[in-house]
Amino acid sequence: MGKGRVAVLSGNDAIAEGALAAGMRFFAGYPITPASEISHFCADELPKYGGKFIQMEDEIASMAAIIGASMAGGKSMTSTSGPGFSLMQENLGFAIMAEVPCVVVDVMRFGPSQGVATVPAQADVMQARWGTHGDHPSITLAPSTVEEAYHVTVRAFNLAEKYRTPVIILSDATLSQMSEKIKIPDPDSLEILNRKKATVDPQQFKPYQDDGTGVCPFASYGDGYIWYTTGIVHDETGFPATGDPDKLTIQINRLHDKINKNLDDIIQVDEYMTEDAEIIILAYGSVARSAFAAADKARNEGIKVGVVKPITIWPFPEEVIKKVSEKVESILVCEMNHGQLFEKVKETVEGKAKMAFLGQYNGKSIKPDKILAAVKEVSSGVFQ
Amino acid sequence: MVSSNSIVEKYLRTDKLPHIWCPGCGNGIVINSLIRAIDNAGLEQEKTVIISGIGCSGRASGYLKFCAFQPVHGRVLAYATGIKLFKPELHVICIMGDGDCASIGGNHLIHAARRNIGVTAAVLNNSNYGMTGGQYSPTTPEGAKTRTSPYGNIEPPFDICDLAKASGATYVARSHTYKPRILTKYFQKALTHDGFALVEAMCDCPTLYGRLNKKGAGKEMLMNQKDRAVPLEKAKNKSSEELEDKFVVGEFVNKTRPEYTKQYTKMIEKVKLEAD
Ligand SMILES: Cc1ncc(C[n+]2csc(CCOP(=O)(O)OP(=O)(O)O)c2C)c(N)n1
Ligand code: SF4
Ligand SMILES: [Mg+2]
Repeated sequence: MGKGRVAVLSGNDAIAEGALAAGMRFFAGYPITPASEISHFCADELPKYGGKFIQMEDEIASMAAIIGASMAGGKSMTSTSGPGFSLMQENLGFAIMAEVPCVVVDVMRFGPSQGVATVPAQADVMQARWGTHGDHPSITLAPSTVEEAYHVTVRAFNLAEKYRTPVIILSDATLSQMSEKIKIPDPDSLEILNRKKATVDPQQFKPYQDDGTGVCPFASYGDGYIWYTTGIVHDETGFPATGDPDKLTIQINRLHDKINKNLDDIIQVDEYMTEDAEIIILAYGSVARSAFAAADKARNEGIKVGVVKPITIWPFPEEVIKKVSEKVESILVCEMNHGQLFEKVKETVEGKAKMAFLGQYNGKSIKPDKILAAVKEVSSGVFQ
Repeated sequence: MVSSNSIVEKYLRTDKLPHIWCPGCGNGIVINSLIRAIDNAGLEQEKTVIISGIGCSGRASGYLKFCAFQPVHGRVLAYATGIKLFKPELHVICIMGDGDCASIGGNHLIHAARRNIGVTAAVLNNSNYGMTGGQYSPTTPEGAKTRTSPYGNIEPPFDICDLAKASGATYVARSHTYKPRILTKYFQKALTHDGFALVEAMCDCPTLYGRLNKKGAGKEMLMNQKDRAVPLEKAKNKSSEELEDKFVVGEFVNKTRPEYTKQYTKMIEKVKLEAD
């Protein structure tokens, strides 16, 4: 890695570079387009750092392996695309329940089922929120440039470690394959967070005892602590609390609270020219790139347009959207899907601004001119 | 070797007892053999991770004073692979039911064996899915009745030891609950083996499989284990008809082949050397 440097990287490589800089030392994955280059990078680089790469027999096993490695103290990651992300869901739930930090990259491709492997979509947004069963929180981040992919990945590891939870990165086929110039920072300049370690006497250790922060100290296997955990809803001892309705509620609440009480830390949203905007384009991931270009063009034509780009998709940046909706006339949500985050935005806006939706699901990136045309329709009141 | 009492205190979470297993269930006998083997092998509890699947057998990890967890059904060996590869100095033991190991987790079994990763698999084969109420599993004998094979099972069963052997496991043995000392011996060899080791323990589920097949209570079933077990040497001269309704016991594989995490460590050293 060396000191800071400038490089031309793909989105996939930037994610892998970011992970390495964040301290990832274990990667397990199963080949899939358009995510495979992340595996290739990890297979090349990890052994040089004493880290481990393994190609597992499927994505179920990949997810299990990264959780296992993290329980043994390693920062771990897997990457996949839709079909593999579906296979990971059950084990993802275990990581949430047992509170094991790890990072899962879903490079979104088109369509349900096999879909189209090589073209982009943003249709796993709700799967990132609700893919695994049961009540659970989700931290999901979506970068829109190669440089951002690097930093979002570092942040994903930091949030995973800080809040003891899996963090999902939603990239897409466009971002994954495009090349851009990026400034790779000197690794020493990065803020790298590590999980809070258990320090109490091993005899006194309770794996899920809240120390007041909502996030319990972690004892990696081999560190001298003997503890138990299970995917069954458990109490502070790690043992099932199935017979106790109060304890069930406490555990589910704690899982949510540790995220919901730290929204300011977790939520990141970019705003562009929103100050005096009458129309807001809300876009994330690679679509946000076109949104910025469309906003510039619209401004040149005298239309007061701004962009809101959530980098944190989940937890949903409700407060930001609420505030924006009070100032503007219309919000145009642009996504490469049939309408996913749009529903959430609409619900949050509560009628305070007019809502419009530009969804494109044809395997093509949304072009700036298409967004511009939609903005003009919104501006002239055609787009209702 | 320490006395029975101190073994109990040392390795069992006595505050979690009594266990949930039915009277006559074979699970307790197998876990007894396993902890004696752990004791004989001198494994440190802080350095030993026990992962168990979901099932009656899967409840075992909750009674054991080790780094232990019960994740999801069937994926134990994949979790074990992550732990062992990241920290090879840890001992990793996987406790699985026949369904957990050979059905939903069958793919992970063949690949863990193929890699020859140094973890120990303890398979508690009670010929059915106990936890969910007695359905047929991939080891249910042909003709046997279960809740989902009410007219007799028409699927041929897996021989888990054959499967492990064919997949590349380097230690494979089978015994049964009538022979707890032999189980301990095999477990101990598995725990000290350098590579993927699997011990299949034939054990009984009198409550479901036994009742549905009129095999009697726990005691009768246990006696029946003894009658059904055929030592490997003797089995060699027997026809398949003669081996019907029997199972072969003994050590099927005990060989050396490079262990996966050691191979990985070597590769790291080589890569680092080349980079210098
Ligand atoms: C993904 C999933 N499918 C199904 C189940 C339900 N289930 C729990 S235990 C079990 C089978 C257990 O059989 P086995 O592994 O032989 O263990 P035993 O109870 O016989 O010891 C099943 C199907 C589950 N927990 N998870
Ligand atoms: S149902 Fe069968 S396997 Fe489960 S505890 Fe009872 S006897 Fe044992
Ligand atoms: Mg069973």
